[in-house]
Amino acid sequence: MAQQLKWQLGTVVEIREETPKAKSLILDLPEWTTHLAGQHVDVRLTAEDGYQAQRSYSIASPPEDKYLMLTVDRIEDGEVSPYLTDGLRAGDQLELRGPIGGYFVWDARNKQYDGSPLFLAAGGSGIAPLMAMLRHRANSGATVPTRLLYSSRSYEEIIYREELDRLSANDSSLRVIHTLTRRRPADWTGYGRRIDMAMLADTAWSPAEKPLAFTCGPTALVEAVADNLLELGYEPGRIRTERFGPTGG
Amino acid sequence: MAEKFISRGFKGRARETDRALRERIPPGQYETRDFPVLSAGPTPRTPLDRWDFSIYGEIAEDLKWSWEEFLKLPRETFKADIHCVTKWSKLDTVWTGVSLDTLLAGVNLDAQPDVRHLIAYCDGGYTTNLPLADIRNGKAWVVYEYDGRPLAPEHGGPARLLVPHLYFWKSAKWVRGFKLVREDRPGFWETAGYHNYGDPWKEQRYGGD
Repeated sequence: MAQQLKWQLGTVVEIREETPKAKSLILDLPEWTTHLAGQHVDVRLTAEDGYQAQRSYSIASPPEDKYLMLTVDRIEDGEVSPYLTDGLRAGDQLELRGPIGGYFVWDARNKQYDGSPLFLAAGGSGIAPLMAMLRHRANSGATVPTRLLYSSRSYEEIIYREELDRLSANDSSLRVIHTLTRRRPADWTGYGRRIDMAMLADTAWSPAEKPLAFTCGPTALVEAVADNLLELGYEPGRIRTERFGPTGG
Repeated sequence: MAEKFISRGFKGRARETDRALRERIPPGQYETRDFPVLSAGPTPRTPLDRWDFSIYGEIAEDLKWSWEEFLKLPRETFKADIHCVTKWSKLDTVWTGVSLDTLLAGVNLDAQPDVRHLIAYCDGGYTTNLPLADIRNGKAWVVYEYDGRPLAPEHGGPARLLVPHLYFWKSAKWVRGFKLVREDRPGFWETAGYHNYGDPWKEQRYGGD
């Protein structure tokens, strides 16, 4: 029988404001065995009367980092996310267990994927597990051709914007394509609509190159990406999906 | 350690769920009124004229139904509480479909007492494993309607397995057949870190829980 994933108390080392709504929690964990890029953790909050709430959050940091990063999007009427983004302070403790999930993962050392270009498509905070993959890819010096198509509501709401700029500027095998669905800067020349068939036909690898696709975000975006990639000729088994429902809390 | 820890300043709000209802929410779960969608890959869309349902494996005779034949089987409409391992629970969901007791009536299981496991096979390649004891005697259905309407593809339509007393990943979407076997074999999530049985009341989320 597998060993139980134990709850442990991490310490908040730093809280980083990523966008007006999203913050990254940098956590120091006493007992962390390494994770795979794409995996998640369960976070558990306990109130004074013993009431508990649990939610899952993707790990945004790569396996090589000393600290664990979770990026949390504040959901206005959520129960857990407002506490994580607005209630927590550096030095506080946070209870969690993980890493969890063995399918929505990408490991640069996995020879199975040798030569398969990566196509990543994210919506909003769905970028988190894909960012772990990009960071892991950069750390391990992998040169597998990679494209990220990232849908955000506005320029200000692009999570990890500067780091994505930096990663793609330093790496000719990585291309990052943004689309802004609600508001765009006056001089914006990129896409300005939700991800659709035409956008995927322009940005995704040809199925002939045997790409591996990961998509994470709200259900409507994930469904649109997965359905259209299938239509373009992607193999169903090479499209991996992770959904952040509206009730992620 | 874990028992005494309090998240500084955390109040929580889910106590707004009615006390009587709260007893129906397993540990670590919260009630949602939405119907979130979760799956590991793209949504398969098998045309109904190519859809069939099979029961096969280590049994004397295989069974098979076309979509039309399946709809003619005795149906049941029932209410169930469902619990997803990603923490949401949804109460009083209404489903229509065929009881597994009906589907398995043509298999003489009593003559093969060592056949004790079921592996569900689905479009898209998903599998999940269940003990036969957990799907007999009014505990499981293959459903094709949710809330009085045909089951939407993203929720597993045209038909999905429904085993409400276990975590919802056991209620396999896009189900197309059951293999009945002597030896248990972990399915898709069961080999990717999730619990082999998945009882929400014992919080059996991950291997080792």
